[in-house]
Amino acid sequence: MKFGKGLGLGIYTVLALLFLLIPIAYTFVFSFNDAGKLNIAWQGFTFDKWLTVCSTAGLCEAFGNSILVGLVSTVLATALGTLIAIALVRYRFRARSSISLLLFLPMATPEVVLGAGLAAQFLTLGTEKGLLTIILAHTMFCISFVVVTVKARVASLDPALEEAGRDLYGSPGQVFWRITFPLLMPGIAAAALLSFALSFDDFIITNFNSGSVDTFPKFIYIAAARGIPAQVNVIASAVFLLAIVLVIVVQVSRAARAKRLARQLG
Amino acid sequence: MAIASFAESGADLQLTGITKRFPGFTAIEELDLTIPAGSFFALLGPSGCGKTTTLRLVAGLEEPTAGQILIGGKDVTSTKPFQRPVNTVFQSYALFPHMTILENVAFGLRRRKLGDPVGKAHEALKLVELDHLASRRPAQLSGGQQQRVALARAIVNRPALLLLDEPLGALDLKLRRQMQLELKTIQTEVGLTFLHVTHDQEEAMTMADTVAVMNKGKIEQMGAPEELYELPRTAFVANFLGQSNLFTGEVVASGPDHIAVDVAGVPIVVPRTRAQRHAGEIAIGVRPEKVSLLTSAPLPESGRNVLGPGRVTDVSFSGVSTQYLVDVPGVGELVVFAQNMVFGPVVQVGASVWISWNADHGFGLDDDPGVVPRFVPDASTESIAIQRRIALEEELEQA
Ligand SMILES: Nc1ncnc2c1ncn2[C@@H]1O[C@H](COP(=O)(O)OP(=O)(O)OP(=O)(O)O)[C@@H](O)[C@H]1O
Ligand SMILES: [Mg+2]
Repeated sequence: MKFGKGLGLGIYTVLALLFLLIPIAYTFVFSFNDAGKLNIAWQGFTFDKWLTVCSTAGLCEAFGNSILVGLVSTVLATALGTLIAIALVRYRFRARSSISLLLFLPMATPEVVLGAGLAAQFLTLGTEKGLLTIILAHTMFCISFVVVTVKARVASLDPALEEAGRDLYGSPGQVFWRITFPLLMPGIAAAALLSFALSFDDFIITNFNSGSVDTFPKFIYIAAARGIPAQVNVIASAVFLLAIVLVIVVQVSRAARAKRLARQLG
Repeated sequence: MAIASFAESGADLQLTGITKRFPGFTAIEELDLTIPAGSFFALLGPSGCGKTTTLRLVAGLEEPTAGQILIGGKDVTSTKPFQRPVNTVFQSYALFPHMTILENVAFGLRRRKLGDPVGKAHEALKLVELDHLASRRPAQLSGGQQQRVALARAIVNRPALLLLDEPLGALDLKLRRQMQLELKTIQTEVGLTFLHVTHDQEEAMTMADTVAVMNKGKIEQMGAPEELYELPRTAFVANFLGQSNLFTGEVVASGPDHIAVDVAGVPIVVPRTRAQRHAGEIAIGVRPEKVSLLTSAPLPESGRNVLGPGRVTDVSFSGVSTQYLVDVPGVGELVVFAQNMVFGPVVQVGASVWISWNADHGFGLDDDPGVVPRFVPDASTESIAIQRRIALEEELEQA
């Protein structure tokens, strides 16, 4: 009975993991496929695609655009969103609750609607579509996520700490940079990572507001009509590996710190 | 601009007409208070009476609705906290969790760009016997240790005025006494002005030059500890600082030195100078240790008040002294403290006794006799709060 139950759970876990990992494994394996134009059937192993990533016209440029847009809109959204979150939690002002509610809208609205709406706005203003409009659009929808993430952190921050800072001769700026900011850092970092991931990933809103500029997702979408080159798999795999390495580094350094603290106490 | 040097000496603090209203609640009302430079001033009062709010107003963390705050003669009412020569030991410690203990203590020194912040921080930590934990984080300390760090973090700045919000609340008795001594030494050596908030009446009485008893946002009475204890002006003070036997009655005789109050048919004499009111229904009282127990009716003697006979309802032995509860018909239950000059209690429960005291030891209160609260006297302020709650619950049940 007990054995059967354990086995059932085991099989289920393996199947679930397989289901989640197969697309990634596929992408990774097929980055080594010696394919021509079509990267669908296995043609044999090669490193060529990893070495000639940028030879595919427009691919690396699109990837660079994605990184640039991601970084700039992450910085903008994180800075603005953090300030909004602090204001919403710490200060009582008119329209505070309506602003809280409005900030949820971009998350709740279907992306197509948001993208089309923004496109219409830019058209009305006569703004030429390009990197700038993509960054503006991404910043806008990332802010909501930053506010929600950082707000929770601000709410758990004891106001007495900032008061103690002010009492100990800290000017408002010093109190912010030496007390508020470091204590909010975990929330801000999480918000920034989320923003970058959302921005890097976004296709729908970007497609409406990018004009002739390509981002990585947009490049793949367009390429899909003709057949996706294996170099796309290379970039996707590289991003995936980079993420894994980052996670491992963070975990290892955290474990090391815990060990150091334990030793100090012991 | 921060103050770029240590205070040479304490500064005096003057509050005039301070009122603080929160939305829908008045926490402080028309508070006038002067604390002379270099003195140790204790603010004593039950929970929620506005002690912390008063400190926050002085520190600049809260803006008064009305009134003025002067530190060392300078009006600081509209200045920011970091511009005031004041430091606070917070009730909740408020240590910075992301900094080491050393950095916590050095924070104020660094902000003012004073020389050798690390050395001075170590010195302050040595004073509170925590230098060996300087590299830890606050979360790795016990509550009492955190409290001492909070103390070091404030004292290291040598502010002209140090605000202490129950800084010793989390310490055990021994450490508490030790820190009390430590605080007193620092205060007298450097001549700083201390404004010390506490629940603990013993702490207030032993440490402070001046004690103010606060109740519901107002100062009930203020003065030297002995004065406050020996001559309470209100029933609240009489019961908040130690215990008191309180009576009410009509003034039936009024001489040049004494007045006599009719308590259940017996004239009780009180010195005129020790009574706040001299005519009509008034409330009077006497401290339990000023009262003696007699097992037979004493001969009438001028200058002594006698009540009885009454029945002993409770005897509790506490080593140095014994507390007797005596029920006197028509008067109520009285408390008597008797030194244990012989082994054990002198009378048992059920015994018939008279109680007597020197007429010069009584005091007359300023309260309206109708509203004099008759607590079952008890030393701790917590029990007053508990009794209040019980009374309130009874009231609610009846309603
Ligand atoms: N921000 C606030 N808004 C509304 N009411 C407040 C606020 N801060 C304090 N109060 C009220 O003011 C009163 C006085 O509070 P305060 O903190 O000064 O009490 P306290 O004397 O320090 O009590 P304790 O001994 O429990 O620390 C309390 O009734 C409290 O509820
Ligand atoms: Mg308080």
